[in-house]
Amino acid sequence: MRTIRFLLQKEFRQIFRNRAILLLIGVMPVMQLLILPLAANYEVKNINLSVVDHDHSGYAQKLVAKVTASGYFKLRGYGASFKEELKKIESDEADLILEIPEGFERNLIREDQQQLFIAVNAINGVKANLGGAYLTSIIKNFNEEIRIELLPPGRFNPGPVIEIIASNWYNPLMEYRFYMVPGILAILVTMIGGFLSALNIVKEKEFGTIEQINVTPIKKHHFILGKLIPFWVLGNIVFSLGLLVAWLIYGIIPIGSLLVLYGFLAVYLLAILGFGLLISTFCDTQQQAMFIMFFFMMVFILMGGLFTSIDSMPDWAKLVSRFNPVSYLIEVMRMVILKGSGWRDIWPQFGIITLFAVVLNAYAVINYKKTN
Amino acid sequence: MKEIVIKTDRLSKRFGDFIAVNEISFEVQKGEIFGFLGANGAGKTTAMRMLCGLSIPSSGTAEIAGFEVYKQAEQIKRNIGYMSQKFSLYEDLTVSENISFFAGIYGLTNREIKEKGEALVEQLGLEKETKKLVGSLPLGWKQKLSFSVAVLHEPKIVFLDEPTGGVDPVTRRQFWDLIYEASAKGITIFVTTHYMDEAEYCDRISIMVDGRIAALDSPSKLKTQFKAGTMDEVFYQLARGAKRGD
Repeated sequence: MRTIRFLLQKEFRQIFRNRAILLLIGVMPVMQLLILPLAANYEVKNINLSVVDHDHSGYAQKLVAKVTASGYFKLRGYGASFKEELKKIESDEADLILEIPEGFERNLIREDQQQLFIAVNAINGVKANLGGAYLTSIIKNFNEEIRIELLPPGRFNPGPVIEIIASNWYNPLMEYRFYMVPGILAILVTMIGGFLSALNIVKEKEFGTIEQINVTPIKKHHFILGKLIPFWVLGNIVFSLGLLVAWLIYGIIPIGSLLVLYGFLAVYLLAILGFGLLISTFCDTQQQAMFIMFFFMMVFILMGGLFTSIDSMPDWAKLVSRFNPVSYLIEVMRMVILKGSGWRDIWPQFGIITLFAVVLNAYAVINYKKTN
Repeated sequence: MKEIVIKTDRLSKRFGDFIAVNEISFEVQKGEIFGFLGANGAGKTTAMRMLCGLSIPSSGTAEIAGFEVYKQAEQIKRNIGYMSQKFSLYEDLTVSENISFFAGIYGLTNREIKEKGEALVEQLGLEKETKKLVGSLPLGWKQKLSFSVAVLHEPKIVFLDEPTGGVDPVTRRQFWDLIYEASAKGITIFVTTHYMDEAEYCDRISIMVDGRIAALDSPSKLKTQFKAGTMDEVFYQLARGAKRGD
């Protein structure tokens, strides 16, 4: 125990003397949590729309006014030639073209039927998809309105209509930040913990100080614990800072118990730090460790269910994500913070992450060789 | 009958086809200053790392302070001090923090750490520097500090790998004073060096050539044996025959 005390004292002194690390744990999470959730937003606004109007009728204008008034679209062009407007798509000025054919109003009134044409720039998939969908639903809405207008009041006898009322549980206003902030915090904690621990032992290798440690009678698990504990504490600090920002800036207060959240985090941090330490036992230079960690982080983040839902991944990707510790943290964070899940709900994730922690740390201890 | 603290028998280390250390056998007595010489690449550091329990031998046996290198590496580590070629105290810790850290992990009590630490600082004349980061000290001071830390836990043997490389002559002289002091306390000194004047300070020296021990005796006897006036000449005669090096 005494050995660990000396190791911890040394580690903390080094950490508190390293301004870069202090900035990393203090400023980075706050900055990222302030900026990222606002940017990483799936809600698409500012869709650039071009209108080709061959009709120039009152209805056509009404339609265009309705579309632009929705707030999702920006009118980038209003012309009479499809070719001209297509150029705007080619030069990326426009994402969507709405073509209103000649005789739009006339046919609508006389024949009760008219077609509209929408051309979508599908290079930006999300924008195209959502833009198309928004536009379609606005036009549908418009359609309902003019139906009422066109039919004489007496004859107006609406057919059976199924109206759908949706209620969004756990995030009633479908606020993206509620969804994103816990996920981003999960990733922040993972990145900081993973990188700091991966680089630490390798740094001692590079500086040669590890030789001096290896020649002492220090026990391997003491040494690893001496590395693990300081970063575990830092991880908890970063996480708490993050929760504070989530509360102060975004008004997100965990519905579930903080005890559950921190209980899961405690084991999760051990897992991710163990992973970092394991990498550092394989590498000889900080550069190697950095690149290897970077590789895993990319996979962890992109396949962790933050940006794309794991449920909609192909089966092989779902399998991969089961080996991704980050996916469990993101899941649990959302469950506890948004849904108020308790121990009973998260025990499968808790069990798996415990397994991760045990295996990774045991492997790190075994793979750290005092003698070669 | 003198006590033998290092004893090797046909100790070898191979890296693939390359035989870094080839069947070296020698004994070192308690309190002796044993010089371990050889050109770059002759296998000195590899041999020393095996004796310290940092590297597992490929074959042969070695007993350090009564413990054998294969199975009792951790007991060996309790009884030795080591100062590597590369400066390896923590540059981002202060002088006194380094002292208490290394003393602490060797299991010294708080009182011992305080007393020995103060004595060490006084001996090196570092009283004003205790709160300075080690990284800011000049190289000569660093090396002296590094040596003193390596013997703070009063090991039976201390291994020094080119401790005076790049250090000025005055500091080197002071460094050797420290070595003599430690030796007088009964600590066995096992030291590698490229300076032939330092070789003369040793009780006995061995000269390694291409992984083997080519000569082993006291400096005066070696000079007689090779009909040479200085240790320099002895070294040249032996090292000229080397097939590898840099």
